[in-house]
Order: sequence, then structure tokens, then C-alpha cells
Amino acid sequence: MRTFFGFVRKEFFHLGRDRRTLVVLFGIPLMQMLLFGFALRNEVKDTPVAVVDLSGDPLTRRLASALEASESFRLAATVRNLDEGKKLLAESKAKVLVVFAEDFSEHFGRDGRAEVEILTDGSDPNSARTRVAYANGVVQQELAAVARESGKGAGAPHIEAATRMRFNPSLESTYLFVPGVMALVLTLVSALMTSVTITREKELGTMEVLLVSPLRPFQIIVGKVVPYLGLSFLNVLIILGLSRFAFGVPIVGNVFLLIAESVLYIVCALSLGVLVSTRAETQQAATTGSLSGLMFPTMLLSGFIFPLESMPRVLYWLSHIVPARWFLVIVRGIMLKGVGIAELWPQTLILAAMTTFFLLASVRNFHIRLE
Amino acid sequence: MASISVEGLAKSFGRVPALLPTSFEVAPGEVFGLIGPDGAGKTTLMRLLVSLLLPDAGSARVDGLDVVKDFRELRRRVGYMPGRFSLYQDLSVRENLDFFATIFGASVAENRGLVDDLYLQLEPFEKRRAGALSGGMKQKLALCCALIHRPRVLFLDEPTTGIDAVSRRELWEMLGRLRAAGITLLVSTPYMDEASRCDRVALIEGGRILAIERPGDLAARYRYPLLAVEGGPRIALLEALRSLPQARSVYPFGSTIHFTDQRLGADPAALAAELVGALEGRGLEGLGAQPIEAGIEDVFMALAVDTRQAGEAHHG
Repeated sequence: MRTFFGFVRKEFFHLGRDRRTLVVLFGIPLMQMLLFGFALRNEVKDTPVAVVDLSGDPLTRRLASALEASESFRLAATVRNLDEGKKLLAESKAKVLVVFAEDFSEHFGRDGRAEVEILTDGSDPNSARTRVAYANGVVQQELAAVARESGKGAGAPHIEAATRMRFNPSLESTYLFVPGVMALVLTLVSALMTSVTITREKELGTMEVLLVSPLRPFQIIVGKVVPYLGLSFLNVLIILGLSRFAFGVPIVGNVFLLIAESVLYIVCALSLGVLVSTRAETQQAATTGSLSGLMFPTMLLSGFIFPLESMPRVLYWLSHIVPARWFLVIVRGIMLKGVGIAELWPQTLILAAMTTFFLLASVRNFHIRLE
Repeated sequence: MASISVEGLAKSFGRVPALLPTSFEVAPGEVFGLIGPDGAGKTTLMRLLVSLLLPDAGSARVDGLDVVKDFRELRRRVGYMPGRFSLYQDLSVRENLDFFATIFGASVAENRGLVDDLYLQLEPFEKRRAGALSGGMKQKLALCCALIHRPRVLFLDEPTTGIDAVSRRELWEMLGRLRAAGITLLVSTPYMDEASRCDRVALIEGGRILAIERPGDLAARYRYPLLAVEGGPRIALLEALRSLPQARSVYPFGSTIHFTDQRLGADPAALAAELVGALEGRGLEGLGAQPIEAGIEDVFMALAVDTRQAGEAHHG
């Protein structure tokens, strides 16, 4: 046991002296959180909107200021004819064009129906769809309010959109990226770092000395893994803390279950890293192996960025062997839906099985000699 | 019982033979040198003996333990210092030492005695990172680390390569003290002049042991008369010497040329005089030729040539 702790102590010495590794260890989670949190959001914020108000009465002005007041939009201009509006769209001075026809208020006043035309810049289809939906939402809501105020409750616009996103009512992309970033960061830190640290010993020749010692393979492996387990755990706390307090993402379910599941995933990623290192001879090979073999599947085949259901069958089946896929289901379940182990035991079991497999394979593959 | 016994041990990497079937024994407390150029098979032999490689054929026992079957116990009992500096460069001198003591379940304090001389030299640098030490200091630290668990047999792969002459001498003095403490030492080196530090040496080349002798007896393996020739234009002199009918071998050696006459048992002084005469006949004036005792390098060259020719004759 003393032998083992001596080994772990040495690993902490290495870590403490390697600035670059420390930067990677704690810089990457921070950077990714901030990047996804602030820059790469999907939702609409402060989109310039132009109103083409052919009707030009108090009702349409009220709708325009409703758009202005919403967080999603700012009113770039109000114009009086369609061509002018289209020009704004072409020049990208406005991203969305809301057109109220000449007889808009008249129609609405008469039979509670209103025709609004919403045009948008379709060159970026993903956000275009979101923008239209948002603009539509704002207008509908306001019209409903108007209808209520004027006592025409019964005649309220029956076209009112009744869709409501469950679990993420405002479709906040922050909510979606936190689990993804957790999976990504833990894979990177745990798998990449451990695979590099073991191959480093091979490259520097120190593995030769370690082998000619009473140290057993599992002591070397576990000794390498323990410090990174601690650091990854710290990363989980940082990510959860940031998402809760900087981005206001709620954790609906049990925090302790979430942390426990994260530890399971960390151990899984660590054992994957060890497995990579038993195969790679150089640090460079380990890095390449971890990046292409672990990072990309984690990003692309876990459901983090692309929905699994719409993938080609082959990729869909392939995604089943990506640990992050199961972890994402777990994290989303706990964080956003508030479900517990009663619902998540299959995924948990799969992760545990994968971990056991990777660990056994690593110990088996660990060379007790130089060949 | 022999401390190291090797029987028919052989190893090849793919189709390249690294060590041809080899047998020898090393007595307890003996300093056994493996002398040969780079690529001779010294490292392969060492790695086989410390259980880092599996032999293709043959067997070996170290301190009574089979290097394949009993590798786990063997790894507790031997000390190994690889040819490449293999300590943690980002750890300090003291941390390295502590680490290697811990993984062997030993402590620096209880084994200070054995490494005291070395450690006194390292002590002023205790806090310095191993990577920042000079070459000689690095080797002393590596030796300290390999010794900290009091191994019964110590394997040192080229411990003196790449370090200064003073450190080399100090290191060998240290090895002498380890011998006195009863530790068996297997030391490899490419430097022929270090042979005299060993009790016995094995000359090794091309994966084959050419000879195993006490250093003092090596000269006796050289049976042909040997002359050192000096002076004159070197290239012309080499050519002239090689063209002589009595030449057995001609090698440049430092500032002189070693000339071996193929007439066994002839009087060396007479041969020297004859040689000077023959060279003057070819227009090379003012030369000197002295009979000399063969050194280990002469023996090595002669054995290597003989073995190669024997091998070719065998195959041809």
C-alpha cells in the first residue's frame, strides 16, 4: 500500500510541475463552458427586426413595441412599404421582416383574425427557423393579450400556438450544451491525459525501470488513474457550478446522483485512456488515438451536436458503443427531467459494464515486458 | 552456485538476430564486463537477464531465479540501470531517490550505508531537478536509485557512456566498493579501456560472445607479433603496409599504426627492423617500428575478424 501511495505522490509531483497540462486540465472546461455558454448559442438574442407597417395604427405600433421589448429582438426600423423592408433584409440590416397588411387592424377588429407575414434571411436555415418561430410567438402572444383586454375572450385568435417545449420551455440551448460539455471535457481530460501520461513513461524510458521493480501492472495503472480521477471530479464541480450560477441552468434532479454518475463516467473514460496507452508507444500516437478515437465520437456520435435518431442507420448503431451517448441520457435525465436511478439504471449498467470491460482489457494488454 | 548462469540464450527481433545462442556464468560478487561496440547485443542480453525480454531459446538464471518463470521475484532482487537516463527529470534528486526506495518497499534511511559515498556528492543538489544535473551527476543519481533497495545482482547498461573522465573514474571506484559489499555486477561498456576494471570480461560483437577472459589474460589471446609503426605520410604508409606480403592486419591506432605480422613465433625485434627496411625500399623514410604488447582492442579486432571469417567459411 505504501508502494502504491508513493506512486500516486509521484504522479501529483508530475502534475504540479507541468504547467501546460494544468492549463489543459482546467482551461479547457472553462473555455468550453464560456464558448458554448456565450458564443455558440442557438437561440435568438437581439435579432434586428424591421416592421413593415402598411396598416400604421395603434394596434400595429403596439405589436412593434412588443417585438422591441422582447429579449430576442430589437427594432431596427419601421418602414412603410415592402420594398424598403426587403432592402433592409438584403443588406442584413434586419434579419427578420414582420409585415402587417393594410387591412390588418380592420380584420382583427372585425373577426379576430389577423394575417401577419414574417420574412427572414434564409441563408442560415437553422436560426432562420428559430427566428420565425420566435417572432411569430411574440406577435401571437401580444394579439392574445389585446383580445383579452378588449373582452373578446371568446373570439381570441384560435391560431394561438399551443406548442410548449417540455423540459426546456424557452428552448434554451444552454440547457442542452451543459451535459454535452461535461461529456466532452471528461472524455478529454480523463482519457487523453491518462493515455499521454502512461505513454510518456514509455517514451522517457522510465517504464523500463518501473517494470524491473515489484510494482504490479494494476498498481501502475491505478496509480496513474487516481490523480486524474480527482482532477476530473473537480472539473465536474466546476462545470456544474458554472452552469448553475453563471448560466442559471437548474438541476432538477438529485445532485448527488448526478455527481455519482459523473464519477462512473470519469472512471469509464479513464479506463479508456489506459487502454489507448497500452497500445500506443509514443505520446503523439496516444494523443492522435485519443482525439480521433474518443473525442470525435464523443462530439459527433453521442447526440451532443447531432440528433441520433436522424443519423444513418450504421452511425446510429455505432453510437451505441460510445460511452458519452449513455452518459448524455443520464445527465439530461437528471439535470433537466429530474428523473432518478429508477429510470436511468439501464444506462448506468451499460456504463458500468463498459468500464469493467475497458479495465480488464487494459490490465490484460499491459505489457509486463518490453515486447 | 553461480550468481548469473546463461545457457544457450538467444533472441532475435523479427528476422534480425540480436543475440546468438550464448552461455556463460558469473560468480557471486564478481564484476563481469560486457564489452563491445554499439549494436553488439549488450543491451539485449541485459534486458533478457532482467526479464524485460523473453528469450527465443535457451534459459538463464539470476540469483537462482529463472528469468522467465520467476520474473516477479527476480524483479525484487535485481537492480537495473538502463543505458538511457531513465529517472524523472521533473522530480528533484531527493524525490527520485525516495520514489525508487518506496516502490521497492525500502527507505532511503535504512540503505544509506550502501550509497553513502555517492549520496554525499549528490546531497548539495538534493532539491535540484534531475533534468538539470550534469551528465555525471545524473549517472550517479541513477546508480543510487538502482541500489537503494540493496539488490543482490546489479545490471548496469553503459553507465559511463557520455560522461566526463573524472565521473567515469568515480563511478568505477563506486562499483569496486559495491563488489566489496558482495553485490554481483554485470556492466556493459563500449570503452575497451574499462575492461581492466572488471574481474572478467566478455567481448561481444554481432550478437556473439567472442571471448570471455580475465582482462590480464586477454593479451595472451593475441599470438601473432604486433608492431606499432609511426611517422611518415599516414595514407601512403597504410597502403604500403597493407601491400606487404607478411601483413596479417593493419589498423590505424591513435597516432600510430598497428601492424600484425603473420609469421607466428618470429622474433618481434627482428621483424621490426625488417619492416623499416621494407618500407624504406618503397621510398618511405624516417619511420619507426616497435614491438608492442597487444591491448584489448587489438584482441577484439583480431577475434572479430577471425569469427567473421569462420562464419563466412562456415556458410560458404
